[in-house]
Amino acid sequence: MFFQQKIFAILASIAIMALVIEMVRRRKLREEYSWLWMVTGALIILLVIFYDLLVFITHLIGAIAPTTTLFIFGLLFLMLISLYYSMQITKLSLQVKEMAQQLTLLKDEVENKKDY
Amino acid sequence: MEMKMPEKELNEKKEKVIIIIPAYNEEKQIAAVVAESKREIPEAQILVVNDGSSDETEKRAREAGARVLTHPFNLGYGVALQTGYKFALKYGFDYVLQIDGDGQHDPRYLKKLLQELKKGDAEIVIGSRFLGEGSYKSPFLRRLGMIIFAWIAGKISGQKITDPTSGYQALSRRALKFYSTDIFPGDYPDADILIMLRRAGLRFREIPVNMHPNPNGTSMHNGLKPIYYTYKMCLCIMLNLLRSV
Repeated sequence: MFFQQKIFAILASIAIMALVIEMVRRRKLREEYSWLWMVTGALIILLVIFYDLLVFITHLIGAIAPTTTLFIFGLLFLMLISLYYSMQITKLSLQVKEMAQQLTLLKDEVENKKDY
Repeated sequence: MEMKMPEKELNEKKEKVIIIIPAYNEEKQIAAVVAESKREIPEAQILVVNDGSSDETEKRAREAGARVLTHPFNLGYGVALQTGYKFALKYGFDYVLQIDGDGQHDPRYLKKLLQELKKGDAEIVIGSRFLGEGSYKSPFLRRLGMIIFAWIAGKISGQKITDPTSGYQALSRRALKFYSTDIFPGDYPDADILIMLRRAGLRFREIPVNMHPNPNGTSMHNGLKPIYYTYKMCLCIMLNLLRSV
């Protein structure tokens, strides 16, 4: 890995981590969502510093270039995050449904109060 | 969750019947469906669940004498039904009849459904288009899909099913409780829910009814693309078998 590549990867990771922390500070991002991104940033830095580790993983999964390993894991990570979001959306939809139903029933109860 | 009812109603030993009518933009048909349902079973409470319609559905239904629940936004056919179930559960109704608000279901069969349910040997009575009564025609591909899944569901549940998508049903209180949980699907209840019923130990029965083609020319099932539908049904049926009830 070239020196410039290392510098770029580390700077990019630090930038992402700084952005995440800033967003949590401004309460634009909840703490529970931030940890995944922090872990990613830390992992990239770790792999750059301990380059041998990246090479080891590359051999382990049968890839040829270490960059391929990074791309594969990057893609996998993004896919997992999307899946996680789908899960969250499913949960939220169910909650919204439940809430709308309760609201509907309560509205009816208030409107018909005079009947009881 | 039961509400306290005034003494006058408490003293009435009579079993309470509710007719749930889910409706989404049905201003043209809804008044007639409400009026005819009322005529068929005068003692029943008529409940229209207006699923966030943008037209005059709510007003027309109220004018026709129905009690109307209105969703704050469109939530889907299955959810509208379930809101009705939750209402019925809250106010302690014993029998639930459900009929679509688009005029497809002929209200003249409401009595038959109720009579069949009151016999007590099934918790759910389903009005089937395909048991000889009337001459309902549906597009070939959908019919084919329905036949296949109805057959599979029938094999699994050990009971013949001819019209799993029929929304023309009568439910007992036990079925009502079952349908008020998260088990009930938000889109369109289909053969998979019937398998679930059987596994939960509830019994259903089909009786022949007549249905009209949708007067608006559009079906509620239009949104379901055949491939997605096939996938969804396969998945639902398989997962139903893997889940514990």
